[in-house]
Amino acid sequence: MTEAQIKETIFKVLGRIAPEAQLDKLALNDNLRETLDIDSFDYLQFLIGLNEELGVEIPEADYGQLTTLADLIRYLSARVR
Amino acid sequence: MAEFRMPSLGADMKAGTLVAWRVKPGDRVKRGDIIAEVETEKGLVEVEVFEEGVVDQIFVQSGEKVPVGTVLAMIRPEGMPAASAPPEVPQAAVKEHVPAEAGPEVKPGLEVSHLPGQPPERRIRVSPLARKLAAELGIDLSTVQGTGPMGAIERADVERAAAKRLAEKAPTPSVSEKPVPPTMEKPAATEFQIGMRRAIAAAMSRSNREIPHYYLETRIDMSRALRWLEAENQRRSIKERLLPAVLLIKAVARALGEVPELNGYWIDDRLQPQEAIHIGFAISLRQGGLVVPAIHHVDLKSLDELMEALRDLITRVRAGRLRSSEMTDATITVTNLGDLGVEKVFGVIYPPQVALVGFGKITEQPWAENGMIGIRPVLTATLAADHRATDGHQGGRFLEALNRYLQEAAKL
Repeated sequence: MTEAQIKETIFKVLGRIAPEAQLDKLALNDNLRETLDIDSFDYLQFLIGLNEELGVEIPEADYGQLTTLADLIRYLSARVR
Repeated sequence: MAEFRMPSLGADMKAGTLVAWRVKPGDRVKRGDIIAEVETEKGLVEVEVFEEGVVDQIFVQSGEKVPVGTVLAMIRPEGMPAASAPPEVPQAAVKEHVPAEAGPEVKPGLEVSHLPGQPPERRIRVSPLARKLAAELGIDLSTVQGTGPMGAIERADVERAAAKRLAEKAPTPSVSEKPVPPTMEKPAATEFQIGMRRAIAAAMSRSNREIPHYYLETRIDMSRALRWLEAENQRRSIKERLLPAVLLIKAVARALGEVPELNGYWIDDRLQPQEAIHIGFAISLRQGGLVVPAIHHVDLKSLDELMEALRDLITRVRAGRLRSSEMTDATITVTNLGDLGVEKVFGVIYPPQVALVGFGKITEQPWAENGMIGIRPVLTATLAADHRATDGHQGGRFLEALNRYLQEAAKL
């Protein structure tokens, strides 16, 4: 899976979790949760959605290194089969 | 024969639009069935029925906006023959009208028109067509002069009122001719957002006007609870993970078991504690505003069941599909602003409830214990309570119990 495809998947899941959020405003290095106003519940739903789409299970201990869209793409690229 | 009325879905609701029926005359219904969908200022709500029986007649058709308390349908007991004769008054044509400005005292779970102390209702006779037209044109029926039989408002009367309103507006100079002021109002607010703001304004103004609030706060060491949660979540798949909010909600329910005076309503000048613990959980909407649906019987749910209930509730809030009982029967409110940087919350009680518990962000703070100073994750919990119903002593006992339960998360 290419990084572009992963990014597309991330946006697809985000669109489902937060349909009102303006995804086009999100830059690669923005803080994802702050920019889109994602609370902890939505964040968990988001990670569950990514898990369903990509089969990657993100442990709680890794939440800290996943602040931006760029972080997420890097993290997922390394783990997607 | 039981009346199924437009429910009051919150202290601030005056009217609702019947969007769709899920049943038709002749259908069998039982307690808890969702039989109608109603559009309110807080979104679409699925309305449940509280009787068993058979739908006898339906009086209000989809698309009609009617005041709270209007009879929407009749439910007859099973076995009773269908109503053969039409009711004495043609119900579809004559509906009760609650004056918009007279905010009636609303008691959850009770029909609004049966409440004591309510201003006498002014009955307005309106033909169904006129009512529909008025709703479409945004005409307040209480301002329309009826010319039909017994002063009933007919279609022509509504049209006249609409024309008059138009004429009154016309002579004012057109806005575009004025110089554009430097601070123009943003035109972004939708009809829904305006309605939502108005609903919140009504409930919160009433709260501040009527409820003598007192506030208490306490700092809670969350290290044990978070350690337990972390270990627990490590064993679980991502779909089964628990959020700290679930621990907080459950701990509130347990503490209420010890201080039941905070769980209930202030109605008719007295505290009416409630047996069931239904916690209203404030959920903010990304498009603005908030809703506070109830999680039912929190004290009887396990943490997993609570997480599932919360997930289901938040998903339906976002999709705009709440049920009527969730909008009406919360016995206390919990607001968790921990996701923002907020450290503590001083809440405004949602009437007729008598307490609101607020949680801030869990932050690392210096903590002294047993003569030692360390760093701990600390949560500030606040209680806003109605001083008519309880005193600081009871409030203090509640916060003390809350703290105690959060020190033993495994037992929640």
